[in-house]
Amino acid sequence: MQDPITPELLKDYTTLNLGPTHPATHGIFQNVLKLDGEVIVDTEQTVGYIHRAFEKIAERRPFYQVTTLTDRMNYCSSPINNIGWHMTVEKLIQVEIPKRAQYIRVIIMELARIADHIICNAVIGVDTGALTGFTYMFQWREKIYDIYEQICGARLTTNIGRIGGMERDLNETAIRLINEFLRDFPKVFGQFRSLLERNRIFMDRVIGTGPISAERALNYGFTGPNLRAAGVDYDVRVMNPYSSYQDFDFNIPIGTSGDTYDRFMVRNEEMVESMKIIRQALDNLPEGRHFADVPEFYLPPKEDVYTKMEALIWHFKIVMGEQDVPIGEVYHSVEGGNGELGYYLVSDGGRAAYRLHFRRPCFIYYQAYPEMIKGSMLSDAILTMSSMNVIAGELDG
Amino acid sequence: MAEITNTYILEKLQQHFGADVLSSEESYGMLSVTLNKERNVDVIKFLRDDSELQFNFLTDLCAVHYPDNVGNELCMVYHMHSFYTNLRIRLKFFIPISHPHIATITVLYDAANWQERETFDFYGVVFDGHPNLKRIVNVDEMDYFPLRREYPLEDGTRNDKADEYFGR
Repeated sequence: MQDPITPELLKDYTTLNLGPTHPATHGIFQNVLKLDGEVIVDTEQTVGYIHRAFEKIAERRPFYQVTTLTDRMNYCSSPINNIGWHMTVEKLIQVEIPKRAQYIRVIIMELARIADHIICNAVIGVDTGALTGFTYMFQWREKIYDIYEQICGARLTTNIGRIGGMERDLNETAIRLINEFLRDFPKVFGQFRSLLERNRIFMDRVIGTGPISAERALNYGFTGPNLRAAGVDYDVRVMNPYSSYQDFDFNIPIGTSGDTYDRFMVRNEEMVESMKIIRQALDNLPEGRHFADVPEFYLPPKEDVYTKMEALIWHFKIVMGEQDVPIGEVYHSVEGGNGELGYYLVSDGGRAAYRLHFRRPCFIYYQAYPEMIKGSMLSDAILTMSSMNVIAGELDG
Repeated sequence: MAEITNTYILEKLQQHFGADVLSSEESYGMLSVTLNKERNVDVIKFLRDDSELQFNFLTDLCAVHYPDNVGNELCMVYHMHSFYTNLRIRLKFFIPISHPHIATITVLYDAANWQERETFDFYGVVFDGHPNLKRIVNVDEMDYFPLRREYPLEDGTRNDKADEYFGR
């Protein structure tokens, strides 16, 4: 009798749609997996489900209105996107903003980084089946949002800061909340870390899962925690310090094997470093104003607009996009939650940017996903994806 | 070893590529060089592999559309970064919109794959030799390239946002 398992049958792969709306993708994007049993043979990715053409829209909007577009890219750490954009315009118009505003920005950006990493790392726990850590950590993201609320009035899509500084100074409640956060979060964070970091089950699941070498990671344009997990100590905050990052003492944690465990650990350590930076910035917060003297770009305070002629004129000119903008091209980048978030701005002196291109770190490193999961099990692919922290908004732009 | 400055990089590029270096400028501290479009892969490979310059990282690539620049309407812009010298460089290659072809650099950087697809999607730049050149964020059925300047952002029949109302 003939053997029923012919070579043709062995080559018969299963096609599985992971996404677009799969709970484990944490966003809308699709992976069509070709499976041999439970082993991944090949992957085809489809992205663009929430593409909103920000680059086109930005060609029609005055600079201050682009801030709200940047919110919606990496919505887990929108203040970094906002402030990165403000700094790009400040670079174009060549204005130095006061130290106090720079320090406030550093505090906000580091809080945003913690919020971003809280989500990513807590969700890695969830995807391995450890829901408990997530419930503890997510409360603290809410507390960071309470701080945003005190600073800018919004929670998720923050529109924080202004071109030329901050819209208002840190108020007492904000400072109290930041201090409370720095006092109480490390306890919960420590519990979370002790729950997972040396947990045998967790370690067995994530060590060696979805690895990438430093060389491949660089070739794929990785930046941020994912690159550092592979062992390259590239961090925009250190390489090209902006907003006074050179004033602070902090370390850049790196991994060795670029696997899911290393990415998890790098993010954990980065949260510790971020707290160090916030502590230093808060303790050494310089006196002075929270905005630069650029009335042609910095939206004046509302009470002045209502009572002072000059402020009203500036307000009108800014809102209608009537101020003169220098002609030039500028590239500026900040260390976003996921890596180097770059802004390439071409200005022809018109009301809006002639061309604005966002270097979206997710979009660039997510290409490596098929290579990283090839030959691994389906359940490992899920973990690799959550540890890469692919944010759909940033992916599709 | 001489200190690597923008002037030094430019001199080196001129040495190697001679007349293919069309123009250069320095804006906001970054060297920006315009070169012959035929040489894009060579230039990027040279910058990457040169033992002094070591532009090992492709930060970003995108296109810009200048409709008034007849014959050279589309501009491919590459940003490179050296982690060794911490210098950045911007490379520009102008291509005609009637024949929007340029060689792919996916042979050098895998990072370019999706970025080139995005540029194709937005501007219709055809990257010769690209392994999988198709639209990435827009639907496959789309029959135009939306980021080209001739496509207005909003409904063309609207005139309530025309510049004349704002004194321009």
